Amino acid sequence: MENFTPFTSLAGGALIGLSAGLYIVLNGRIAGISGVIGGLINGTAKQKAERLAFIAGLVIGPVILALVSGYRPPITVDANLPVLVLAGLLVGYGTNLGSGCTSGHGICGLARFSPRSLAATLAFMGTGLLTTFVMRHLIGF
Amino acid sequence: MRIFGALLCGSLFGAGLALSGMINPQKVLGFLDIAAIINNGWDPSLIFVMAGGLVVAMPFFFWAKSHDTALLGGSITLPTKRTIDRPLIIGSLIFGGGWGLAGLCPGPAISALSYMQAKPLLFVAAMLAGMALQRVFARS
Repeated sequence: MENFTPFTSLAGGALIGLSAGLYIVLNGRIAGISGVIGGLINGTAKQKAERLAFIAGLVIGPVILALVSGYRPPITVDANLPVLVLAGLLVGYGTNLGSGCTSGHGICGLARFSPRSLAATLAFMGTGLLTTFVMRHLIGF
Repeated sequence: MRIFGALLCGSLFGAGLALSGMINPQKVLGFLDIAAIINNGWDPSLIFVMAGGLVVAMPFFFWAKSHDTALLGGSITLPTKRTIDRPLIIGSLIFGGGWGLAGLCPGPAISALSYMQAKPLLFVAAMLAGMALQRVFARS
């Protein structure tokens, strides 16, 4: 378990929880990222501006962290281009149809004890684990 | 004020994704690759991300359940749907498939744009196309 990072992961998770908690208390909205992105099409100009501000925050958040703490984790995207496009299509289609992703169902939904979100989280965890197993151990990507 | 609230929350979220390691697809796949437990290569960090997130978020949602108005004005909107239906399950199964293929879900994909690399950008473009396709199918 050489890559295991319990402390930074717990601290990062706490920041994510703080963000989701503040967003429901301050703005009255669920910090579900797929919902925030999907909502850019619908709604009033004010609502769209708010969602756009959240998305801008998502992009500058890692930069602020790097400036404040000097910590900037490396990112590695192993998937080749066709796999990456297929993955993106599935993630976009699936989160829209299933009304949420890891943040909306996995954090916000579970934090308010929603049975729907528990079912959704078990479903995407299940196929996530299965797909990774097939890709890494059966196909050998 | 609401715009600043959204910008603050988005920034905290993005910083959390980076600090936790969730922004790195390889780390997410290191968690999803549970079979690696055999040769001691499994990375359980993501469980700590979820645990930290849930414990901190819970009291806020508890407060939100008993209030109608958000602190920066406007209503508190919590999902009202209760039934576990086919679209929820099928959509989530499809999402998990895509997540396991590349190790990216919507939040980390957007935050990874800050690295100015081509691959996260391509993924986000495909994700937006997937969302648009779902809307088209839902209408027809």
